[in-house]
Amino acid sequence: MSIVKFENNGIRFDLQLIASWIEPGSKVLDLGCGDGNLLNFLKKQKQVEGTGIEKEEEKVAGCIAKGLSVLQGDINTEVLDFPDKAFDYVILSQTLQQVFEPDQLIHSILRIGHNGIVSFPNFSHWQVRLQLLTKGYAPVTPQLPYQWYDTPNIRVITIKDFERFSKQVGFKIIKSAAINTQDEDKRGKLITYLPNLRATYGIFQIRQ
Amino acid sequence: MSEYIENDPQGISVGLVEKRFFTFAEPPHGMVLECGTRLGPITLAYETYGTFKGNNAVLILHALSGDSHAAGYYSPEDPKPGWWDMMVGPGKGIDTDKYFVICPNILGSCMGSTGPSSIIPKGDRAYGLDFPVVTIGDMVMAQKKLLDYLGINKLLSVIGGSIGGMQVLEWAVRYPEMITSAIPLATTTKHSALAIAFNEVARQSIMADPNWNGGDYYSGAKPSLGLAVARMIGHITYLSDESMRLKFGRRLQDKNDFSYNFDADFQVESYLRYQGTKFVERFDANSFLYITKAADYFDLGLQHGDGSTVRAFSKTRAKFLVVSFTSDWLYPTYQSKAIVRALKKNGIDVSFCEIEAEWGHDAFLLPSERLTALIKGFLDRVYREI
Repeated sequence: MSIVKFENNGIRFDLQLIASWIEPGSKVLDLGCGDGNLLNFLKKQKQVEGTGIEKEEEKVAGCIAKGLSVLQGDINTEVLDFPDKAFDYVILSQTLQQVFEPDQLIHSILRIGHNGIVSFPNFSHWQVRLQLLTKGYAPVTPQLPYQWYDTPNIRVITIKDFERFSKQVGFKIIKSAAINTQDEDKRGKLITYLPNLRATYGIFQIRQ
Repeated sequence: MSEYIENDPQGISVGLVEKRFFTFAEPPHGMVLECGTRLGPITLAYETYGTFKGNNAVLILHALSGDSHAAGYYSPEDPKPGWWDMMVGPGKGIDTDKYFVICPNILGSCMGSTGPSSIIPKGDRAYGLDFPVVTIGDMVMAQKKLLDYLGINKLLSVIGGSIGGMQVLEWAVRYPEMITSAIPLATTTKHSALAIAFNEVARQSIMADPNWNGGDYYSGAKPSLGLAVARMIGHITYLSDESMRLKFGRRLQDKNDFSYNFDADFQVESYLRYQGTKFVERFDANSFLYITKAADYFDLGLQHGDGSTVRAFSKTRAKFLVVSFTSDWLYPTYQSKAIVRALKKNGIDVSFCEIEAEWGHDAFLLPSERLTALIKGFLDRVYREI
């Protein structure tokens, strides 16, 4: 199966894929929940009990006004206060590349959640490789749209890197998907052949 | 808080409202207070807005100098509405078309409820210092009696800021089975040494006024100077460096040069004097002493969790919305975050937002689209989810 179709319900393809992994009625924590699109979607479609963590006051206020349960704060410290296994799923969507201590955060995610779901832009996509090879500048792609001097991404991660990281840090990959997205990530498809070269994002479900 | 009250710019209001009174705890039984004394009878002044539908009751709890008049007008000629009129009314943050709102005046106050200025039962004088020292817990116990009388055994939400927020926290752990949700604003589980220090200076100012006379002044001149200075001190703690710089700076009041005497030269001096004098007209000095003491004594963790706030909150199942303000240095954000942390450790559904505001502690009383949207959205959700 290489093409997965989702109904067009207004949220990004990668988030729809993450949502498809979540059991209905479960408890979910979304780290860096932004405008709360994923949480809202999960609440409506999967009846989850959701909580979000977000740094920006405006986004937090928007989420709470929408009826979501959201805490304003830094994900690295906010995860420390939850009890063990407080959630069925802890989602870290497209944020791992911005985290200062990824191993610490993954450790916390798996302490407070039965499952972690981690996604990140794949730095070994062929466009990234080609740009660096042919132009010699730091790559800029739709998934990594920043110049080197204004990027919030402090780390470059590839799908293979994350797989090796799981062995080095010591957590299990339960499920994974490599996806290729278009149209500002609204549409996309699963990549099974040469994922590290062809996928724009990697998505992993992990456990202790 | 009265200095901020404005008529709604769109003219939206809950309309004419009435202050009611409920008296209970008749002697000899009275109500046993946390200090061990029996007090009775006790009267609470309260107001209600909207229609009770069984599951839509919202309890609003006021701060130090507030009263039961949260919204609306007492008469068509009334120049100003209640103290939280911008938040409470039809279609507002706390929507009186949807919710049944109850706002009681706290025990120990002087705005219609029993306090040190009330007349002693079968006596001919006010309690003065014979009034027992009441606590936040006593205030909440009295409010529970009022709700029993009104036939309300479940609250959709309990909302309050500052000392009102302390009562919110007390409600959540004292009567957890009654509370569906709680909104503590700009508050704390316990006063810092800084907050106690300011309260103590304010109390000393009252007690140093010769007219205070050991609290026995109701038949003569009041300790107006002492209370005015107490209010001035309070006011400074409710503002912030930034808000005072914006509001007053070093501007002079009605003059171009210094007077070279001790008149009010600066606008900030004139403002504080005015606020102090105005406060004396409506507030009782002894009530100020009692309520600030109750706030200083409040320690949720000590009183309900053997010293642990986490354990104290283990009794509640309510959903929480905690809000702090960036420039509030009386109840700084770290104190709200401590509440949030303790709730999280109990696995409680909690939302938290730190609102960027320059107005210091008083920000919770000022019109804020953000605060309104937060409260409205949160209440909508908890009402939908019951």
